[in-house]
Amino acid sequence: MEMLRPKLRAAAVAIPLLVLVGLSAQNKPDYAREIRPIFENSCYGCHGEKVQSGGLRLDQKQSAIPKLTAIQERISGTGSKARMPLGGAPLSAAQINLVKAWIDSGADWPDTPLTGIAPKKKHWAFVPPVRPAAPIVKDARWARNPIDRFVLAKLEAEALNPSPEAPKATLLRRLSLDLTGLPPTPEEVDAFLKDNSPRAYEKQVDRLLASPHYGEKWARQWLDGARYADSDGYEKDKPRLVWAYRDYVINAFNKNLPYNQFVTEQIAGDLLPNATQDQKVATGFLRNSMINEEGGVDPEQFRMEAMFDRMDAVGKNILGVTIQCSQCHTHKYDPIQHEDYYRLFAFLNNSDEGSMAVYTPAEQAKIADIRRRLKSLEKPVSEDTADPRWTVVRPEVDDISTGGQRYLPQPDGSLLAQGYAPTKHNVKLTIKTPLKSVGSIRLELLTDPNLPLGGPGRSIKGTGALSEIKVEAAPMNDAAAKPAEIKIAKATADINLPETPLEPMFADKSNKKRTTGPIEFAVDGVEETAWGIDAGPGRRNQPREAVFNLATPITNEEGSVIIVYLKQNAGGWNSDDNQNNNLGRIRLSFAAEPNLQARAPKPTTPEIEALWKEYPEGSSQLVLHERATPRETHLLTRGDFLQPAKVVTPGVPAFLNPLPQTETLNRLALAKWLVARDAPTPARSYVNRIWQAYFGIGIVETAEDLGTQSSPASHPELLDWLAVEFMDRNWDVKAIHRLIVTSATYRQLSNVTPELEARDPYNRLLARGPRFRVESEIVRDIALAASGLLDGKIGGPSVNPPSPAFLYLPPTSYGPKVWNESKGSERYRRALYTFRFRSVPYPMLQAFDSPTGDSSCVRRARSNTPLQALTTLNEPLFLEAAKALAAKTQAEGGADDTHRLNFMYKRVLSREPSKPEATELLAVAGKHGWTVVARVLLNLDETITKE
Amino acid sequence: MNAISRRWFLEQCRVGLGAVAAQSLLAAPDPLAPKAPHFAPKAKNIIFLFMAGAPSHLELFDDKPMLRKFDGTLPPPELLKGYRSAFINPNSRLLGPKFEFKKYGQSGAELTPLLPHLATVVDDIAIVKGMVTDAFNHAPGQVLMNTGAMQFGRPSMGSWVTYGLGSESRNLPAFVVFSSGKKGPSGGSSCWGSGFLPTVYQGVEFRSAGDPVLYLSNPEGIDTQIQRESLDSIRRLNEMHQTATGDPEIATRINSFEMAFRMQSSAPELMDITKESKETLELYGAKPGKPSFANNCLLARRLVERGVRFVQLYHEAWDQHSALVKDITTNCKDTDQAAAALIKDLKRTGLLDSTLVIWGGEFGRTPMLQGGQDGRDHHPNAFTMWMAGGGIKPGITLGESDDLGFNVVKDKVHVHDLHATMLHLLGFDHTKLTYKFQGRPFRLTDVHGQVVKQLLA
Repeated sequence: MEMLRPKLRAAAVAIPLLVLVGLSAQNKPDYAREIRPIFENSCYGCHGEKVQSGGLRLDQKQSAIPKLTAIQERISGTGSKARMPLGGAPLSAAQINLVKAWIDSGADWPDTPLTGIAPKKKHWAFVPPVRPAAPIVKDARWARNPIDRFVLAKLEAEALNPSPEAPKATLLRRLSLDLTGLPPTPEEVDAFLKDNSPRAYEKQVDRLLASPHYGEKWARQWLDGARYADSDGYEKDKPRLVWAYRDYVINAFNKNLPYNQFVTEQIAGDLLPNATQDQKVATGFLRNSMINEEGGVDPEQFRMEAMFDRMDAVGKNILGVTIQCSQCHTHKYDPIQHEDYYRLFAFLNNSDEGSMAVYTPAEQAKIADIRRRLKSLEKPVSEDTADPRWTVVRPEVDDISTGGQRYLPQPDGSLLAQGYAPTKHNVKLTIKTPLKSVGSIRLELLTDPNLPLGGPGRSIKGTGALSEIKVEAAPMNDAAAKPAEIKIAKATADINLPETPLEPMFADKSNKKRTTGPIEFAVDGVEETAWGIDAGPGRRNQPREAVFNLATPITNEEGSVIIVYLKQNAGGWNSDDNQNNNLGRIRLSFAAEPNLQARAPKPTTPEIEALWKEYPEGSSQLVLHERATPRETHLLTRGDFLQPAKVVTPGVPAFLNPLPQTETLNRLALAKWLVARDAPTPARSYVNRIWQAYFGIGIVETAEDLGTQSSPASHPELLDWLAVEFMDRNWDVKAIHRLIVTSATYRQLSNVTPELEARDPYNRLLARGPRFRVESEIVRDIALAASGLLDGKIGGPSVNPPSPAFLYLPPTSYGPKVWNESKGSERYRRALYTFRFRSVPYPMLQAFDSPTGDSSCVRRARSNTPLQALTTLNEPLFLEAAKALAAKTQAEGGADDTHRLNFMYKRVLSREPSKPEATELLAVAGKHGWTVVARVLLNLDETITKE
Repeated sequence: MNAISRRWFLEQCRVGLGAVAAQSLLAAPDPLAPKAPHFAPKAKNIIFLFMAGAPSHLELFDDKPMLRKFDGTLPPPELLKGYRSAFINPNSRLLGPKFEFKKYGQSGAELTPLLPHLATVVDDIAIVKGMVTDAFNHAPGQVLMNTGAMQFGRPSMGSWVTYGLGSESRNLPAFVVFSSGKKGPSGGSSCWGSGFLPTVYQGVEFRSAGDPVLYLSNPEGIDTQIQRESLDSIRRLNEMHQTATGDPEIATRINSFEMAFRMQSSAPELMDITKESKETLELYGAKPGKPSFANNCLLARRLVERGVRFVQLYHEAWDQHSALVKDITTNCKDTDQAAAALIKDLKRTGLLDSTLVIWGGEFGRTPMLQGGQDGRDHHPNAFTMWMAGGGIKPGITLGESDDLGFNVVKDKVHVHDLHATMLHLLGFDHTKLTYKFQGRPFRLTDVHGQVVKQLLA
C-alpha cells in the first residue's frame, strides 16, 4: 500500500514547530526566508561553497558571524573599502535595510537550515561503503549471522522483540516462493518436516538455489528494471524477437554469473574480447527501448528517445541514482550536472541498433560443422574490385511516394530505409546527372547494422523483394520536357532464385498468386512477381546487386533527369505487423556502357546446396553494434535533440568514482566504471533490490534512487555491510541470497500483532517475518503448480496463454495483432514466458501490477483490487486450474473427503486445514463438488500470499 | 439475472457486507476513498471525448477565408522555418478549408456544416481555437495529451484525478475507458496508464458489447448462487486466517472480493441501456446491443451518474491524410449527434454543472495539402478543442490562429495549460497535486501549465 505514511505524517507535524521557533518577533527578518536568498543571489559566487574570497564563506554561520559588521559596511558602501558585490549590481536599499535589521536584531542564524541546502557533507550513498562492525546486541544467541545483529540492535533500541521462528511448513513455502517463485510440492514439505537434522533448513536452501526455477524467479525482477517486453511499443507495437535476452538473464542467474560480470556483459558484452553469442545477446538490455515506426516519424528523434530511455534504465537499474532530470537541466537536488548526463550519454551514443541471429548451443555446433565442410567444398572467390565504369548517384527521394518510410542518405551515396515500413509502396527516385550517356543502371542492395539481421532488406529476416523497376528520363535543362519511359532490354543479378510463392507472413488477402524469383521478375511488368533474395539461412543476409541494360541509352549533351521507380509490393496486408518485404539499403549507379552485367552468382554444386539446406534457422535478438566512426555527442538544451549545444566527450560525474584507466572511452569503459570496486552505489542498489523482494520494502524504500532525495534507510549500516559483503565475495548473488534466507530475521513468524501494527505497519523494523501478496507472475504460477498443470520447461519463445481475442483487434488495439492461443502444455508455462505486448498488456498480469515495459521499473506497486478478484475467480486459466486440481484430487487424493481436502490443502497451501476450515470446505464439497472447493482455495488470500 | 436470484444475493450481500464493515476497521486505508481537493471545486467528474487521429480544425472550427483564397499556392517560406512535419514536404501547396462555415447560436460561433448537432448547443460550450502541442506523431501526441509528457511512463490525467479525489463509486472503477471507431488509440494502454502512481489509479477498459469488464461473468458451470456461496466461503476462510495472522491486508482482500461481486451486477446494470427511454436513445442515436460512439456517450452519462470520476471515450478515426472530405464527413456523422446529446442530457439532468466535458484530439492538421487534392498532414502548431460544463464559461470562443490556421496568434493554450485548467476546475492547484518519485515531486503539468482564466465561468 502506497498511501499510508504515518511516519512522514508525524514529521510533517514537527516542521511547523521549528518554523514557529524561528519567528519569535514580527519585525525580525527571518534568515532562511529573507536573508539567505540575498546572500545566495549576490554573494555566494565569491563567498560560497566553491570559492571563498578573503576566506569568507557566507553560506556558513561560523565563517560569517564574526564578520557581520564588515559585511554590512561593504554591502552598503559606507566604509573606506570597495562596495560589495565587487563587479556586480549593488544591493537595493530595501535589501540593505533588511540585512541591517537582521544584524541589529541579533543576527539569528539557525544552526539547522529550515529550507534548502545545508552546508554540504557528502551524501552517504555517494561515499563508497565501508564494512561496519556488526553491532553488539543483548540477545546475541538470537542472531544467526551478522544481518541479525544489525536488525536486532535496532529492535532492542526500539524496545521490540523479534518474533519466534515460523513453523517449518510456512517457512518452506516462503523460501520456495522467494527462491523459485513456485510453492513446494507436498512431497518436499513432507521431506522437510521429517528431516530433523541440524542442517535441514540449509539443505532446502541449497536445493532451491540449485533449482533452474531460481533463475526464472530472479530474472523477472531484473527484467522489470530492464523494461523487457516482446513488442516495439508505440502505435505499431510490432512483435519483436528478444526472448534470447530473457533467457540470457535466466541463465546468468542460474549460472550465478558474478553481478559485475552480468552488468558488464549487458552494457558492453559485444566489446569483450572474443565475445560469445551470450555476451552479445546481453546488450539486448540496452535495446529493450521502445521503437516508434508509426507513419511519418523522424527516426533520429526516436533514436534519441531510446537513448534517454537507456540512460534512465542504467540510472534506476544499475546506478541506483536518478539521472533522468539532468537530461533537461542541471539536477536541482542531486549533484549530477546537465553536462554530466551528456558525458555519460556519450558512452552509449556510439552504437548502431543492430540485430543478430541467435542459435542454441547444438545449432552453434552444427553451424561450425557446416562451415568447416563448406570450406573444403567451396572455391575461394576473388574479392570484388570496384569497377571504374560505374558512377554512384545520389537520388532525391519523392516524399509522397515512400508511403511514410524514410530513406536516409548515407555517406556512400546509398539510402537507408528506416521508420515506418509500409507493406506496399513505389518509391520515386530522381537523379539529375551530368553524364552525357547512361546505358546501364546498377541497383545494389547493401547490408547495414541497423537493418534486421543486418539486411539487406527490412523484413524480419533482413530480406526484401523488388516487384518492378521503371525508368524515365528527360533532358536536364528542358523544363517543358515530360519524362519518357525508357525500356529495359536486359537484367542480370548475382542471385536468381527459382520461382517460389511468397511466405504466409506476406499474404495480402488478394487471393492472387504472388511469387518471388529471378531478376526477370522485376522487369516483367507483372506486379505479383518480384525479384527475391532470400537464399535461406546462412546466406540471406549479404549484399546483392542487379544491373539493368537500357534498350536505348539515355543521351543528352547537357545531362539528364532520370527517374527510377522501385516498386515494392511483396509485403503483406497489415502494415501494423511485421509484414513488410522492403529493400533496406539501396544504392544506384549509372554507366554509359549499355551491356554491363551484375557480378556472377557464386558457383555452387548440389553438394554445397545440400549443406546449406541443413543450416539452422535460429532466432534473432536486438543488440547493440559499435560504430566504426564515433557519433558526436552534444549537450542538448532542455533535452531537445533539435537544440544541440556544445560537443561533449565521454566522462563520469565528479561526485562518483573516477573512471578506471582504459584505452578507449567506450561502453566497456562505462561498464567497468559502473561495477568498479570503488563505485559507491551499484552494489548498494542491487542488494537493496534483493532485500526489497524478500521483505516487501527495501532498506532504502526508493529502490530507484539512493541519491539525496531518497527516503532514509531503515538500516543504513546493514545496507553497507551487505554491499561490502557482496563485493568482497566477488559479487556472488547466490551468496547474498543464502545470507538473507538463513538469517533469523528472515525466518521469523510473519503474524501481525496489534502492537506491531500500531508501531510499525510496514514492518520496516523487521520484528516479524514478511507477509505480502506475491508478484503477478507468481499468482499465476501458484495456481498452475498447485493444480499440476504447470509445464516447467525453461526458456524459449514466448507463449500465448488464453486472452480475450478482442483485445488484439481494433477498436481496442490500434492495429490487428496476432495472438494465436498456445496449445497443449504451452498454455501452462510459467507466466514469465507470457508474450508481452507493450500496448496491450496481458490482462491477468496487468491486474496484478506487472509493469508494461514502457520504462524501467525497479519497484512494483502492490495493489489489492476487485479486478484481481474477478481475475482469479473467473479468468479461464484459473478455472482450468481449479478443474485440474479437482480432478487430481479425486484421482490421487485418497479414499475419503477428509483425505482429499488434506491433499488439496497441501498442494495449494503446503499445510493441512484446521478443523473449522475443514468443516467449511467439506460442506462446500458435499454441496457443489470439488471444482468449487478448488476454486475457493485458489482464491484465498493465503494462496497468493507469501507468509 | 432473474428477480429472485437478485433479491437472494442482495440479502446475502447485506449479511456479507456487515461482516466486512466490522473487519474493515482493521484494514489499511482505502487508496480510493474520496478525498477533498485543495479548494471548492466546480467539477466533480470529467468526460473526455478523445478524437484520436487528430481532427482537422480547418474543416470543423477554424474557418480561414485567406487560406481558401490562397488555395494551391505555396506557403510563405518564413512560416516554415524550423517546421517539422510527419509525411509531407512542408513546402507543399496550401489547401483551403473544404466547407463553408456559418455562425450559430447567440454567441455566433463559427462552425462547419458537418456538426449540425453541436451547432444546437454551441452556447453551452467554449471553443478553444488556440491549442498547441509539442508532438506531431500520433502515439507521442496522444501520450502527451494524456500524461503531459511525450515519453511513455507518466501517469495519465485520469489517474492523477483519481489519485487526487478518490472514487465515489463503491461498485464501479473510478476511471473508465471506452473505445470506438476504426482502431484503438495509437498510444495504447499508456493513454490511461497509472505510470508511477499506484496501479489502482489506472483506467479500466470497458467494452460496449459482451462483458463490459474483463472476467466479469462467472465462468461456465458457476451460477450466481455458487458464486455467492463460494465468496462466502472465501470470506469465512479469509476471516479465519486474518484472526490467525492478524494481517489487516486480508480485510482489504475481503473488501476487494465483495466489490468484485457487486460489480458483477452493477456493471451489467450500467451497460443495460434498454432501460433508457426511447427519447433518450434517439437523442444520442444509441442502439442497444450495437457498439458505437453514441452508446459510449450515453454510457458515459450513466457512469457519471453512478459516481465514476473520469470517463474517457476514444474514437480513433480522424487521421485524414487523404479522402479528407469523405472521411471527416463520416466521422462527424458518427460522433456529432451523440456528443451534442451528451451536453443536452447532462444539462437536463443537472449533471452538466459538475461534469466537465472535453472534446478534442492530439493535434491539428496542416493548412498544406498532402497527397492528391484531399488530405492534410499532422500539425502541432494550432488546433481546436471544445469544453463544456463543470465551471467552463459557456458560449465563448477563445484564441485565434493566423490567417492560414498555421500558428496561434492569440490566447495560446498549450496542453499543459489545458491540464492546469482541468485540475483547477476540479479544485486543485496543479502545482500542488504531486507525487514523489525518483527523488522529486512529479505532477501532471510537470514544470509547466497555467490556468486559462478566460475559460472559467
